[in-house]
Amino acid sequence: MNPFQYTRVTTPKAAISALTQESGTYFLAGGTNLIDLIKSEVVIPEKLVDINKLPLATIEKTATGLRIGAMAKNSAVADNQLVRKHFPLLAMALNAGASAQLRNMATVGGNMMQRTRCSYFYNTSMPCNKRSPVQAGPDKGQPNGPTGCGAIGGSNRMHAIFGASPKCIAVHPSDMCIALVALDATVNVSGPRGDRTIPFRDFHRLPGDTPQKDNTLLPGELILSVDLPTNRFADNSHYLKVRDRASYAFALVSVGVGLDLRKDTIQEARLAMGGVAHKPWRLTEAEAFLKGKPATEATFRQAAALAMQGAKGFGENDFKLTLAPNSIVEALTIATKTA
Amino acid sequence: MAQNENNRDELENADSSRRIFLKQSSALAALALTPPAARTAIDHGVHEKVALAFEQLPLQVTINGTLRQLRIEPRVTLLDLLREQLGLTGTKKGCDHGQCGACTVHLDGQRVNACLTLAMTTEGSQVTTIEGLAGGDNGPTSQLHPMQEAFIKHDGFQCGYCTPGQIMSAVACIREGHADSPEEIREYMSGNICRCGAYSNIVAAIMDVKEGGEKV
Repeated sequence: MNPFQYTRVTTPKAAISALTQESGTYFLAGGTNLIDLIKSEVVIPEKLVDINKLPLATIEKTATGLRIGAMAKNSAVADNQLVRKHFPLLAMALNAGASAQLRNMATVGGNMMQRTRCSYFYNTSMPCNKRSPVQAGPDKGQPNGPTGCGAIGGSNRMHAIFGASPKCIAVHPSDMCIALVALDATVNVSGPRGDRTIPFRDFHRLPGDTPQKDNTLLPGELILSVDLPTNRFADNSHYLKVRDRASYAFALVSVGVGLDLRKDTIQEARLAMGGVAHKPWRLTEAEAFLKGKPATEATFRQAAALAMQGAKGFGENDFKLTLAPNSIVEALTIATKTA
Repeated sequence: MAQNENNRDELENADSSRRIFLKQSSALAALALTPPAARTAIDHGVHEKVALAFEQLPLQVTINGTLRQLRIEPRVTLLDLLREQLGLTGTKKGCDHGQCGACTVHLDGQRVNACLTLAMTTEGSQVTTIEGLAGGDNGPTSQLHPMQEAFIKHDGFQCGYCTPGQIMSAVACIREGHADSPEEIREYMSGNICRCGAYSNIVAAIMDVKEGGEKV
């Protein structure tokens, strides 16, 4: 690893002021992604601000639902009784991600901040528009490897079918975030200009002309917690993850479903997909269609067809155009039977 | 004759450029490897930020029951600290990217990948490695842990390289309550790769310890 400076903070205020002092400074939480990126020289930081001692790991009931601290470990959230009982979709999604070891290290905030696993992004000898310039050492300010998008016209089996741009077709790799976007979570952040709340669906962004930006955080902002509003989806939730092996692999396609089902009629539906876009992909049109409809395979097929409007393959990932709607139908079918 | 001259010139040029290359590259290697490089850097007037980055910071961490007061560079991982500085080579470096589980240790009772854990983040923590497993919090003993015995009994390895990580992970798997069936064990042990393919025997060893009911 390249050398970097290190500082440890114990209050959010100290964390925010440490980050805003210099460019090339990163918050270090669980480190499961950032340390890997530093080893691969995709990120070459000047300084890490260790936020592991911040008192932000509590999971507590609020007047409107549940508040999960940004530093809560993925395993702690997945095993929490309130989460399991009231938000089983979140527990299922967390347990579908990574390995037991990594879930013990990774935090909620860090999971949201993880970078794409696009192999071109990870290989600094390959073209990529997502990598930031080198931020430390003699090459500071220089591009970190060639620009362009190697995945367009290249090896793109794992890549996006929605919302891609000519600059980038990478996908966001998180499972947890699929559940959070489906469950209408909000993100509480604090920064040099004060505190604010970001709806989860606006937290991540599409690549557009600036694929280096994964999310809408402003410079120096720190994630404090995630709020989940109470819902009626607990009895009919499912997270379906389709991947190359049974466990411990990133999603080819994943679907998070929450249904408010009464006497086989869908009162309300929440649907989101992973492995298909640069951000957790919420299926609002399919949700609106399902409202008031009977829970039958025919309805699910129609909803899936609506969800797939605008989908575009890039060659190797064309199979997702068939896999995704089938996964939506499968996830909805399982969710109707889980009560 | 002239041709021989030319050859000799070429050889000499090649030789001298090789010497220069070796000199330069060993100087670079020295800069990268010397722990007190911060001082060296300052002596040579290198940018202050470089010196800061090479600076060694204090770290206090309990490893296998022994409190250690250390000074390390910020970029040192827990895995490299254990293996390179403390001589605890039982914890293995496999992929070094959190993908294989060979480096699994317990950090404050939780299994983690030591390769992705920056050592500085373990300040004030308790680390247990395969060397300290049998002794628990009281430090290493000559006795084997029940999981170590079960791996021997069930032939839960072939080359043995992944075994320390497998055993640390297996103990945690039972303690977490995720070892109630072979299916559950396979899911919760998926972060430990065995290229020899001893998986079925590893699952049998874990089931045996779990069903034996002995405290792990």
